[in-house]
Amino acid sequence: MERVPILKIGDILLVSIQVDMSDQTAIQLQEDLAERIVATGCHGVIIDITALDIVDSFVGRMLSTIASISKVLDAETVVVGMRPAVAITLVELGLSLNGIRTALNVERGMELIAASRADDGDVALGDDEDTETTATP
Amino acid sequence: MTAGVDLGVPATQAIRSDEDVVRVRQLVRTTAVAVRLSLVDQTKLVTAASELARNTLIYGGGGSAEVTTVSDGRRRGVRIVFADRGPGIPDLDLALTDGYTTGGGLGLGLSGARRLVDDFDIRTAVGEGTEITITKWSR
Repeated sequence: MERVPILKIGDILLVSIQVDMSDQTAIQLQEDLAERIVATGCHGVIIDITALDIVDSFVGRMLSTIASISKVLDAETVVVGMRPAVAITLVELGLSLNGIRTALNVERGMELIAASRADDGDVALGDDEDTETTATP
Repeated sequence: MTAGVDLGVPATQAIRSDEDVVRVRQLVRTTAVAVRLSLVDQTKLVTAASELARNTLIYGGGGSAEVTTVSDGRRRGVRIVFADRGPGIPDLDLALTDGYTTGGGLGLGLSGARRLVDDFDIRTAVGEGTEITITKWSR
């Protein structure tokens, strides 16, 4: 079984799904991510699905579950890079990605996480210097 | 019902494991590209095939997917037949309802797959199995 790698970048865990995942690989990713969130204390998870040419109901449910697990572990999940054809298909399939925040790309996903941590008034545990300044112009 | 003439020799993929579901997706994708379905239609067909292949595995206890290139004279398309010798579906109307599931999923597999394709035909008999035929045509 293939495993999806999880990268740590500052206070964020980045998962870039590059393979056509079997259901077992998807379940493994949920478990691996939960462990990494706890082990690293990261407050953000970005799941990059740029390379995925479909999201079916199983993967959709996995994304929702990861978002819920992360939330319980005090981390925010953003799914980025969904292809237009995938978005069209998801809507027609009837899948609403409950509780999932999305952004167009990794950069915007990181901004979204930084902004939402700032809104929470949290002091970031990571070494990211601008998450502590909550003042907005 | 599914109209059209078979154009090629069908390719059959057994569905006995998780990995086979991935193989069905890949086979369907390759065939959809070969008949020049649009990117959105390819995506819809592969997604529908993924849902139905998983159903064949989980509910049917395994089976097969047969993928064929078809033509109705005007358009080309991809037809897939999912067959299993599982328990069958006792209440088809209920099984085709959004959100209904007996397997702990989201209950979108069958109903969602039907929305994503052009032709959808299901034959099922309790104790004998289920056969689902789907077709997606080029525009």
